[in-house]
Amino acid sequence: MHPAFSVIFLTTLIGAGQGLFLALFSAQAYTELNLLPSMSDTNFFGLGSLFALILMMGGLIASVFHLGHPERAWRSATKWRTSWLSREVIALPFMMLMITIYGVMHWFGLDGIIYSSATGNNFSYSLLVAGSIGAIAAFILFVCTGMIYACIKFLQEWATPFTIINYALFGTASGFTLAAAFSSFYDAADMTKFFTVWAIILTVLVLLTRLASLFRNSRIKHKSSMQSAIGIRHPQIQQKAMGMQGGSYNTREYFHGKTKAFLKSVKYIFMVLVFPIPVILLAMGLDTADSGLLVAAFVVQYAGLIFERWYFFAQANHPQNLYYQTV
Amino acid sequence: MNTTTANAGDGRTEVKNTTCYMCACRCGIRVTLRDNEVRYIQGNPDHPLNKGVICAKGASGIMKQYSPARLTKPLMRKEGAERGAGDFEEISWDKAFDVMEERLRHLRGTDPKKFALFTGRDQMQALTGMFAKQFGTPNYAAHGGFCSVNMATGMIYTIGGSFWEFGGPDLERSRLFIMIGTAEDHHSNPMKIALSKFKRNGGRFISVNPVRTGYSAIADEWVPIKPGTDGALLLAITNVLIAQGLYDREFLVQYTNAAELVNQDPDSDEFGMFIRNKELEVGEGCFDPENKLWWDRNENKPVITHTKGADPFLLGSYTLENGTAVKSSMQLLKERVEEYTPEWAAAITGIPAETITRLAHEMGIVARDEKIELPIAWTDVWGNDHDTVTGNPVSFHAMRGLAAHSNGFQTIRSLSIVMTLLGTIDRPGGFRHKAPFPRPIPPCAKPPNSPDDVKPNTPLNGMPLGWPASPDDLFVDENNEPVRIDKAFSWEFPLSAHGLMHNAITNAWRGDPYKIDTLMIFMANMAWNSSMNTSEVRKMLNDKEENGEFKIPFLIVCDAFQSETVAFADLVLPDTTYLERHDVMSMLDRPISEFEGPVDSVRIPVVPPKGDCKPFQEVIIELGSRLGLPAFTNKDGSRKYRDYPDFVVNFETAPGSGIGFLSGWRGKGGEKFMKGEPNPSQWEMYEKNDCVYHHHLPKSYQYMRNWNKGYLTWAQDHSLTRYAEPINVHIYSEVLQQFRLAAEGKRKGKQPPEHLRERVREHFDPLPFYSETLESQLTDKHKYPLNALTQRPMAMYHSWDSQNAWLRQIHTHNYMHIHPSTAQAQGIEDGGWMWAESMHGKVRCLARYSEAVEPGTIWTWNSIGKASGAWNLDKSANESNKGFLLNHLISEELPKNECGEHVSNSDPITGQAGWYDVRVRVYKAEDDEPKETFPTFDTLPLFPGMEKRRSIVRYFAGKFAKKGAK
Amino acid sequence: MTQLALVIDLNVCVGCHACVTSCKEWNTSGPAGAMTDENPYSKDPTGTFFNRVQTYEIGTFPKTETLHFPKSCLHCEDAPCVPVCPTGASFKRDEDGIVLVNYDKCIGCKYCSWACPYGAREFDEHQKVMKKCTLCVDRIYDESLPENERKPACVMACPTSARLFGDVHDPESEVSEAIRDNAGYQLMPEWGTNPSNHYLPRRKTKVHYHEDELQRADNPLNKEHSVEPLDVPTLDDSTSW
Ligand SMILES: Nc1nc2c(c(=O)[nH]1)N[C@H]1C(S)=C(S)[C@@H](COP(=O)(O)OP(=O)(O)OC[C@H]3O[C@@H](n4cnc5c(=O)[nH]c(N)nc54)[C@H](O)[C@@H]3O)O[C@H]1N2
Ligand SMILES: Nc1nc2c(c(=O)[nH]1)N[C@H]1C(S)=C(S)[C@@H](COP(=O)(O)OP(=O)(O)OC[C@H]3O[C@@H](n4cnc5c(=O)[nH]c(N)nc54)[C@H](O)[C@@H]3O)O[C@H]1N2
Ligand code: SF4
Ligand code: SF4
Ligand code: SF4
Ligand code: SF4
Ligand code: SF4
Ligand SMILES: [Mo]
Repeated sequence: MHPAFSVIFLTTLIGAGQGLFLALFSAQAYTELNLLPSMSDTNFFGLGSLFALILMMGGLIASVFHLGHPERAWRSATKWRTSWLSREVIALPFMMLMITIYGVMHWFGLDGIIYSSATGNNFSYSLLVAGSIGAIAAFILFVCTGMIYACIKFLQEWATPFTIINYALFGTASGFTLAAAFSSFYDAADMTKFFTVWAIILTVLVLLTRLASLFRNSRIKHKSSMQSAIGIRHPQIQQKAMGMQGGSYNTREYFHGKTKAFLKSVKYIFMVLVFPIPVILLAMGLDTADSGLLVAAFVVQYAGLIFERWYFFAQANHPQNLYYQTV
Repeated sequence: MNTTTANAGDGRTEVKNTTCYMCACRCGIRVTLRDNEVRYIQGNPDHPLNKGVICAKGASGIMKQYSPARLTKPLMRKEGAERGAGDFEEISWDKAFDVMEERLRHLRGTDPKKFALFTGRDQMQALTGMFAKQFGTPNYAAHGGFCSVNMATGMIYTIGGSFWEFGGPDLERSRLFIMIGTAEDHHSNPMKIALSKFKRNGGRFISVNPVRTGYSAIADEWVPIKPGTDGALLLAITNVLIAQGLYDREFLVQYTNAAELVNQDPDSDEFGMFIRNKELEVGEGCFDPENKLWWDRNENKPVITHTKGADPFLLGSYTLENGTAVKSSMQLLKERVEEYTPEWAAAITGIPAETITRLAHEMGIVARDEKIELPIAWTDVWGNDHDTVTGNPVSFHAMRGLAAHSNGFQTIRSLSIVMTLLGTIDRPGGFRHKAPFPRPIPPCAKPPNSPDDVKPNTPLNGMPLGWPASPDDLFVDENNEPVRIDKAFSWEFPLSAHGLMHNAITNAWRGDPYKIDTLMIFMANMAWNSSMNTSEVRKMLNDKEENGEFKIPFLIVCDAFQSETVAFADLVLPDTTYLERHDVMSMLDRPISEFEGPVDSVRIPVVPPKGDCKPFQEVIIELGSRLGLPAFTNKDGSRKYRDYPDFVVNFETAPGSGIGFLSGWRGKGGEKFMKGEPNPSQWEMYEKNDCVYHHHLPKSYQYMRNWNKGYLTWAQDHSLTRYAEPINVHIYSEVLQQFRLAAEGKRKGKQPPEHLRERVREHFDPLPFYSETLESQLTDKHKYPLNALTQRPMAMYHSWDSQNAWLRQIHTHNYMHIHPSTAQAQGIEDGGWMWAESMHGKVRCLARYSEAVEPGTIWTWNSIGKASGAWNLDKSANESNKGFLLNHLISEELPKNECGEHVSNSDPITGQAGWYDVRVRVYKAEDDEPKETFPTFDTLPLFPGMEKRRSIVRYFAGKFAKKGAK
Repeated sequence: MTQLALVIDLNVCVGCHACVTSCKEWNTSGPAGAMTDENPYSKDPTGTFFNRVQTYEIGTFPKTETLHFPKSCLHCEDAPCVPVCPTGASFKRDEDGIVLVNYDKCIGCKYCSWACPYGAREFDEHQKVMKKCTLCVDRIYDESLPENERKPACVMACPTSARLFGDVHDPESEVSEAIRDNAGYQLMPEWGTNPSNHYLPRRKTKVHYHEDELQRADNPLNKEHSVEPLDVPTLDDSTSW
């Protein structure tokens, strides 16, 4: 496929936004469970939510560039029964709404205790209502975004649970890394540690799942072939003319137009940028809670994700390409 | 269905019929207009030719009509500008006519042959040829000489008809169809309609071609052959057919000269001529007199042919009473082909001997065992009644793969003879004629034959083109040197029935045989695709004498588009498109006849001319009137015809002849056909009838027309032909033998110049023979081991469709198609840059591997490559950067040899251009070379009056023009 | 239920591209129009077309087949391009199974084209909506056209009548019969899209003759001198029983 930057930014930005929100949510949950000391600065969750929202907005704006007719974008919510894209279009603003509610509750202190446990833990509205609905929405959104790609069964590189798992884990990992960097600006070492440790765990986890998907994709046997594409049984078939020489939508949308070597180097770049460097920076930041290191970890990881997503598109081999061998 | 744009049905819609001219096939089309813009062009379902279908080009007519490459103003080269630079200023038509009138009047009054008129892919030679004749110049020809004159002559001199527009395979009833050397051809849509029907009816389709594209793709069997060697294949097939007795004996005896006895006395001046019974009274005329002899089996003695009850031997050598040794034509043919065994041909053609033998057997067996008997009674010219028409359902079609070789004439004669041996001439399932064919062998029209036929202020004595029957018909002077600028009908190419347009510029430039003054080019891209040696020809057009005058002093080009050639003109005449003018596909020219009878057709404008465009026909009528040419003026010198439509209705070939350009609805009220007084409403009647007139002959006149008394009498009555005499097939060609006798000094009359004697003697063989193409004979084949060819792309017409925004998306540049083994031997990569080089030139081009080409051959689509800036294409256009023209490799003249220094690269019999003879070598283009084609040319500017090209086209009829360029 | 479709006979398709440009010509001034052409007179001209004809070579010389292969939307019965469309702009009509795009609803997200394994959809880069073969829905029901012209433009144009049009669900239709009789097949059956358009394969006519058919009693050579009985000794000359 031809990687579209609008879609690359959409998926990476909203992923990080969702991840950041999940990080905030879990931090709040930990504190309310007394597993973490509570955050002294009450703006933390509000501002954090704003960041998450900004990331989601950024994604949304990027996605608009992908549309031929953004003014009609509202229509895209109508087919949620069948279309994962439509579902995403619903889930995304819903997610954003929940983040907004969550953030507003924190920022304006509109919170209250909904339930106090016997052990003396106080659970707030923001956590149990806005936060948990938001968290569920985040997972739904991950599934929707992932399924947009995973449901196209003949894009075999995409049609796997890994697509959803990786989307979710990449988003969460980058969100936690961002949360670590963000929290380091506050006087909350424990919380920063919490985010950092989880960021490392999630990054390692997604390294495993991404490696697994790379391994899987390297061994894909494509079901379609020249033979099935034109219905001729002969081992030697070569296209000699595509029917047009100046190219068409089909030669632009589905080909990355880059060399194999380029593709390979993108893979190595993202493997380095997304995993080891952030992990090292995070580990280094673990003790020092040095904002510089943690911000760097996020920036590097996010940059890596752009490469990762580029590669995700470029690696996918659309069967239509059998008909358009750019001859 | 919801729409963002207006509905198709909105707007004011009109439907008009006319005839397509996106190519020379001339299908009937129905043009739907919306708000005066072309909404849709479809095939006319009621048209006999295309029956409603249309092709890629025809369906892209809109993009031609609204092309920004259209010329819209008469243009004059700016004082001092170089030719080819395209530096023009706009002038008025009045000025243009004044300039032409002055110049041409002077030439006509002094030396009319200094005016030359050459026309390209047009179909209005009836008018242009007549204009030339009226003007008095012999220097007129159309594209036929470089196109397929071998096909025309090879067959017409053998069977009295030809493929092409004048006949074809009857695929409706055929069982076995062999297509040789055809990629697309003129009969584009009808051939496709017929071919698919044929295949669906279970017919077997074999294609003989070095390349497998288009039609060949759907062949049941592809027989790859080395270019230029089909003669060997066909002669080997002849060998097998005769050796096995797989020929139609009765057909050969009755309808050909196979059993006629030929003088074999080497000492006789009549050697090689038919023995004639001199006492017999036979009429004089342009036909075969029936005074020749058979050797009768019953009486075992010679008899006059077609003697009732006689049954001649087909084979055998005999001695006449007076001691003259004689042999039958068939015996001579048999002896001729004895050495041409399948094994011999295999080595030459690259086709296994078993395949050749099998092909011959297949043909023979199908012809013999799948006979068709149609219950159609007819009477032959000898008065014999037949209850049925017999068909041997094997048919052939061939085109430029045979024609465009310098050995093509004899190859095509071989093919005609194979067809004849199988008994398939004008019979169901075989070859069938289309009116006005068959014609006598050769047809009666003769070219002028003396320099005295060209006189100031006098029409030419004869038509500029014709069909020589003997050396006396040659158009040479007292020194046996050519009179025409293209040397047609000279000893270099005696039977050049269509002229040699491909040598016109070179000869005029060199002043050989003389200098001319004004060259007028109509609808031909002679600075590009219709010239061999294109780069040099472009230089010649711009070359000057010592005194600064151009070597060809004045060049007039009439074109509808900004072609490469237009850039060289001194005066440019902007023509209309086919949707803007009246045209006639006339019986006097190349009608669109069908097997069932004559058909002619017209074009009627469906949209008004763009800008100041004027139909070339109107230019001719205007010039003819201004110059006072007899056919265009009344006795008192006043103008005779208002305009072309008026001319078409009222012109008669001779006063009162009743023969005019159109054959339908003649007579005062349109009650007559073929012949009759002018009918003032003729155009309306054509318009009402889908722009076509189709005359259906009675069934009994539709077959065996060479010998069909009913048909021949009908044709005579309707002035299609002068004689109702049989047209027997010339297995043995006495016409050719006469030229050979002259070359041998055994014949009085015109004599070949010494340097050409041997050439004429060798090639004017009365029986077909195989020889390598001239270029192959004169090339170092180790150095240039490959053949290079072009193919017609179905979705492009010659050079003229690159201005078409839709068609150019299909072919925007071309590749050199090459077999991987051939390419890899030279390190050439698939899709990589390579060189192809001949003795004459070289091109850098892109390679494309192909398994569908004989490994000794490379090929490309014809004329996709363009000169930069021509056709109003941007200089970045693929056509001029990646596309290339093969013509740069092909020379218009042979290397110096014993026949002379400047002998045309053409068939020595007919002057057919040897396009496909070129031999090349290939090698990889180095990595540091520019990644672009070679040669390239300076970018042409936009000419005055041309539209700026749009950066985007969003055609929507009824709204397009208003929106204008974006 | 009706399922209209094209059946394309590869046995007779000569690759002429008539179906390509006649489709463009019909549709550019129709509801789908205008069908944008970019760079029409410069480098790499490229436009929106609903139908393309491609060329393939099969096998190696000299046993090479050249195949011309036209392809437009196959109007799949289980069209994967339809459910993915978030707006409902892509839809499959119940009444005749034609898959269409509503250009007023389309947001140009291109998702449907990703979901078409055949590369049958083309995005109009100017109008910014997805376009594809409409099966000439604006012709086939147009009562202002004569009945025999209520067919897709490409079908009308095709000089070899390689393009048949009809209801593949009606077992009696010309198309169903053609599919049955000639082993018609679908493209990429592995995806379960169940394309309605079918292709008919190449069919070869071969000839078989027996050696003895070459020689026959009525061989014309028998009428010639050279094959008459020769004057050589036979048993007749030397026996006396
Ligand atoms: N679409 C389209 N149609 C056209 C034209 C066009 O430009 N475009 N041009 C028109 C004109 S002017 C003409 S003259 C006709 C020509 O019609 P064709 O004769 O069909 O045209 P060519 O492309 O010259 O075809 C020559 C074929 O002969 C093959 N060939 C070459 N050399 C040999 C040989 O030695 N032996 C054999 N057996 N085959 C050989 C080539 O591979 C090629 O397939 O087409 C007419 N129709
Ligand atoms: N290498 C190679 N060269 C070949 C051939 C080949 O097979 N191989 N084939 C040869 C053959 S067979 C032929 S017939 C020639 C054809 O060669 P040409 O006769 O030169 O044909 P075109 O290149 O089409 O040029 C015709 C000109 O007519 C113009 N034209 C189009 N429509 C109109 C109109 O309505 N009015 C006027 N006035 N002009 C119009 C076009 O713009 C173009 O400039 O090419 C020959 N050249
Ligand atoms: S074959 Fe020629 S005349 Fe017929 S539709 Fe095509 S371009 Fe027009
Ligand atoms: S061919 Fe493609 S666009 Fe057409 S219905 Fe099938 S999946 Fe959809
Ligand atoms: S591009 Fe248009 S038709 Fe395709 S999925 Fe998007 S909205 Fe639907
Ligand atoms: S059915 Fe109509 S829209 Fe579809 S390819 Fe044919 S002409 Fe084009
Ligand atoms: S119009 Fe017919 S023959 Fe021509 S390419 Fe299309 S399907 Fe094939
Ligand atoms: Mo030609």
